[in-house]
Amino acid sequence: MTEQPGTRTSMDRKMVHPQHGAEGTILDIDNFCLWYGLKQALFNNTISVEKGLVTALIGPSGCGKSTLLRSLNRMNDLIEGLHTSGEIRLDNQNIFDSHVDVIALRKRMGMVFQKPNPFPMTISDNVSYPLKIDGIRDRRILSETVEKSLQSAALWDEVKDRLKDNALGLSGGQQQRLCIARAIAADPEVLLMDEPCSALDPMATTKIEDLINELRGRYSIIIVTHNMQQAARVSDNTAFMYLGKIIEYGKTDTIFTKPRSQQTQDYVTGRFG
Amino acid sequence: MIGILMIAAFLILIVWNGLITFYPKQIEVIHLNSGKVMAGEPIRTESFKIDPQTLQKLPTSVREAIKTGDVHASRTLYKTGNFDLYNEDYRWVTAFDIKRSDTPPEMVIVERSEWGPFIGTITQLELGEETIVDPAAIFSRLPDAHREANNRRDAIQRLERNEIGGINHLMEKARLDLRRVTLKGDMTLATLQAAQQKHDRIISDLQKRYQELEHQADIMKAEDERFRIALADVENRTKTLKLSGIVRIYPANTLSEWQKLGIYFSRWWEFLTAEPREANTEGGVMPAIFGTFTMTLLMVIVVTPFGVMAALYLREYAKQGRLVSLVRICVNNLAGVPSIVYGVFGLGFFAYTVGGIMDSVLFPERLPNPTFGTGGILWAALTLALLTVPVVIVATEEALAAVPHSLREGSLACGASRWQTIKYVVLPKAMPGIMTGLILAMARGAGEVAPLMLVGVVKLAPELPIDGIFPFLHVERSFMHLAFHIFDVGFQSRNSEAGKPMVFVTTLLLISLIAIMNASAIYIRNRLKRRYLSGHF
Ligand SMILES: Nc1ncnc2c1ncn2[C@@H]1O[C@H](COP(=O)(O)OP(=O)(O)O)[C@@H](O)[C@H]1O
Ligand SMILES: [Mg+2]
Repeated sequence: MTEQPGTRTSMDRKMVHPQHGAEGTILDIDNFCLWYGLKQALFNNTISVEKGLVTALIGPSGCGKSTLLRSLNRMNDLIEGLHTSGEIRLDNQNIFDSHVDVIALRKRMGMVFQKPNPFPMTISDNVSYPLKIDGIRDRRILSETVEKSLQSAALWDEVKDRLKDNALGLSGGQQQRLCIARAIAADPEVLLMDEPCSALDPMATTKIEDLINELRGRYSIIIVTHNMQQAARVSDNTAFMYLGKIIEYGKTDTIFTKPRSQQTQDYVTGRFG
Repeated sequence: MIGILMIAAFLILIVWNGLITFYPKQIEVIHLNSGKVMAGEPIRTESFKIDPQTLQKLPTSVREAIKTGDVHASRTLYKTGNFDLYNEDYRWVTAFDIKRSDTPPEMVIVERSEWGPFIGTITQLELGEETIVDPAAIFSRLPDAHREANNRRDAIQRLERNEIGGINHLMEKARLDLRRVTLKGDMTLATLQAAQQKHDRIISDLQKRYQELEHQADIMKAEDERFRIALADVENRTKTLKLSGIVRIYPANTLSEWQKLGIYFSRWWEFLTAEPREANTEGGVMPAIFGTFTMTLLMVIVVTPFGVMAALYLREYAKQGRLVSLVRICVNNLAGVPSIVYGVFGLGFFAYTVGGIMDSVLFPERLPNPTFGTGGILWAALTLALLTVPVVIVATEEALAAVPHSLREGSLACGASRWQTIKYVVLPKAMPGIMTGLILAMARGAGEVAPLMLVGVVKLAPELPIDGIFPFLHVERSFMHLAFHIFDVGFQSRNSEAGKPMVFVTTLLLISLIAIMNASAIYIRNRLKRRYLSGHF
């Protein structure tokens, strides 16, 4: 890890022990703080997200997981009275720099939400939406992308005969996979997922988890979940958050078997949360 | 609950009265005790309280009969027609005055283009040199002769309206061209004279043509005069008129059911497609249908972008704060302002101010006659748009607010800009709600009449707002409107009894027109719903 001890973070060095990816880090969250008006929601968080790996964010609800995740693609920008300090660097470029184009930034990061939110359009229009807003109208490119993305999202076989049907006619699990297909259609580098399975039944959840395992390596995935088994199943690294702070960030195995922090220990063993 | 029942009853009353109005009735010939004879269609019968003096004068037997009936006598209203002979066309007849009544087969109803209906018998038919008096021969020759007369009338009308009207239009144009040149002021004498000469040349050409056409029309009219029909009422007062002055003629007492139905539908057809006659109490309402429709359409075209854009701004772009709340309250209050106030505003602002400026800039040569500086269909549509814009804004805002936040986030997370999100996700999702607002606005606007009376509705419009003369849509023209037509016929005409059937039929038509416009808007809305779901953008 590259941080200077003591000066900018209160996080203990030994609480940081992630598994390193082959390609280095993609996102560096550096001493990041966030306030909703006067209320501080994130406190001096510093972690580095490894490229190509799956990183899970766990923690009791209200601890700031979504807030942190939504800071990464600046979805919080719209909230009034919000301000931040510290940096988040994507490929060593601070995303809060004034010359950063938010729209371009968001295009580099796909996002999947807690509740499936397909647009009220056809299945294929949903998937090609990120391309169409880029002004791409070439039917061949669009249909290729639709097929590729749906295949990546393991949805192609189920919908290939009804691409022109309304997306709202799909089941919840299918809708969520459609949203994943949409999120990866524009070929992002990072995939942000905020509790993508919490509104789904166990079968659909399994499918999504399988899908995440398949997408590993192609995208750097950050997934928020309050389901610890899920985190254990899909992620390489896990960050445990509590009251707006990342308490421990490390290899998933280690976090769940022999965590170094007492708070992490209490949480993963179900003593609170 | 009671309200719904009352509305239903009211609708049934209108529909029933509207539907039966055009069905032909029998003609009764009534012999009165006084020895007089009269003929007419019975309209309605009612009982009334008879005053004691009249009662005293009645024969005892009649008196006894009335006494048992609580001093009430019955009387019937007859439509006698023949206004030109009697100076009235409706007459009350008290039951005890009637000696006997019957329905002789030779009675005919003649619907005339002037003076209203004639009720009586045909005495002879003049077809050019030929004169026919035999009743059987008259009835066998009449239909053909009448059709030919109609053709002649149409030809004359075409000539007068299109060709002579066109020449008048050109002459007016030449006069205006000349005036425009003189108004420019900085002209030299030579150009002025040139313009004057050009004007004189055009006018004299046109005048020549005009005289030719008028001569032609005179010949046609003289020819038309030779085909006439002689009629007599029950008291043998006679009346002769041109065959081409007859709209419809039928022997009311010998019609089969099929023939009655035929007359019924031909009257509906006339009502829907013809222009009004006789101070609007007869003929059709086509200009009013047309005016209502065009005005409502114009209003929707104006109100949609304004309402939707205002709502988009208020809901999506403006910073939600005290100012926006204030604007919202104002918009809601606007919906409660009495509509006549809008009329006054429309007249003062649109017609007099905006229209006045437009006239002085664009059409100075026509002054002092106003072009835009008076009521017209454009100002009426704008006034109504103002009146209905709150409805659209409120409905659109609600529809926008109902679009789930997660959809917007989904779109923004895809890297869409705010406007793209609105255009591709929010608006399509809100479209059904917006259309509902437009439908409400349309329903309100189409039935509104008070403000229109100030900004361009007239009793009788000389020209339709759309015609074949460039630029085809004449938004400055005054127009007719069904709702105003109802008011005018029902309450402003010389004879409210004559207008009554028209009131019912026109009301029925107005309600149907609004229903049709709403139904088609709902249809479009549902189509849109489906199209946006299949999302071809
Ligand atoms: N838009 C907001 N405005 C104000 N406070 C917020 C907002 N969103 C979240 N919060 C607060 O920030 C804290 C973290 O919320 P969140 O990130 O949603 O938690 P988690 O996703 O871990 O459950 C909570 O206390 C929540 O009340
Ligand atoms: Mg959350």
